[in-house]
Amino acid sequence: MEQIFFIGFAVLAIVSALAVVSLRNPVHSALCLMVCLFQVACIFVLLRSPFLAVVQIFIYVGAVMVLFLFVVMILDIRKVMLGSLVGKRSGFVYAIMPLVTLEFLLVIFKGGLGKVASNIPSGEEVKVAVIGKELFTKYLFPFEVVSILLLVAMVGAIVLAKDRDEGA
Amino acid sequence: MVPLSWFIGLAVVLFMIGAAGVLTRKNIIIMLMSVELMLNSVNINLVAFGHYHGDLRGQIFAIFTITLAAAEVAVALGILISLVKQRRIFNSDELDSMKG
Repeated sequence: MEQIFFIGFAVLAIVSALAVVSLRNPVHSALCLMVCLFQVACIFVLLRSPFLAVVQIFIYVGAVMVLFLFVVMILDIRKVMLGSLVGKRSGFVYAIMPLVTLEFLLVIFKGGLGKVASNIPSGEEVKVAVIGKELFTKYLFPFEVVSILLLVAMVGAIVLAKDRDEGA
Repeated sequence: MVPLSWFIGLAVVLFMIGAAGVLTRKNIIIMLMSVELMLNSVNINLVAFGHYHGDLRGQIFAIFTITLAAAEVAVALGILISLVKQRRIFNSDELDSMKG
């Protein structure tokens, strides 16, 4: 039963990811990316990590995608869509990428990793309280570093997007 | 029960799609979205290994990765807006002012 759900989520995620990189209109790409991120959140639920799934939906599907859509709307979409879709050397990439992917999948499924990777999970569903306790005791320093980095990124984004003329 | 290798396989496919997007598309917004795809596939790997080893660190690391990705998107979109405002640049191959 779980495998059927996994296959459904995975197929939808891969199809929407392909749509993200192949569609011409950035708005359509952003919506497809939203679908893909939602599927990844579902995969997190399958991995018994409901807290991370909620965080994924809040931050990615909520905040980041709204940011993307806002920027696409602020900029002129028709101008963005003008010009050729892909760069000059993309044929080479299209030729090499499926081969590399196939090689990776062969290593994962047929190589030595296949035996190690098919063991039974030992982890139960992790409670949010446990994550919070770990985050605020053992991982307090990285937590603070990341919070300062978020503050710096926020200030930087405001400074970058601000009009230069009215400042100074 | 889903084997661990399925999760890693899915992550590999998503990562490669994202990498192909970064390498082929010229539109800066789409390139950023492809970077997000790659970051997400890495998150799947982290959480999957953490779950199958009964280890909390995978999830903790994934939380930090999501935070960093959000910060990265904010700064990158700020740079993009300022590029478009000042020099009307939308595509990555027009960014050649540092070229010698």
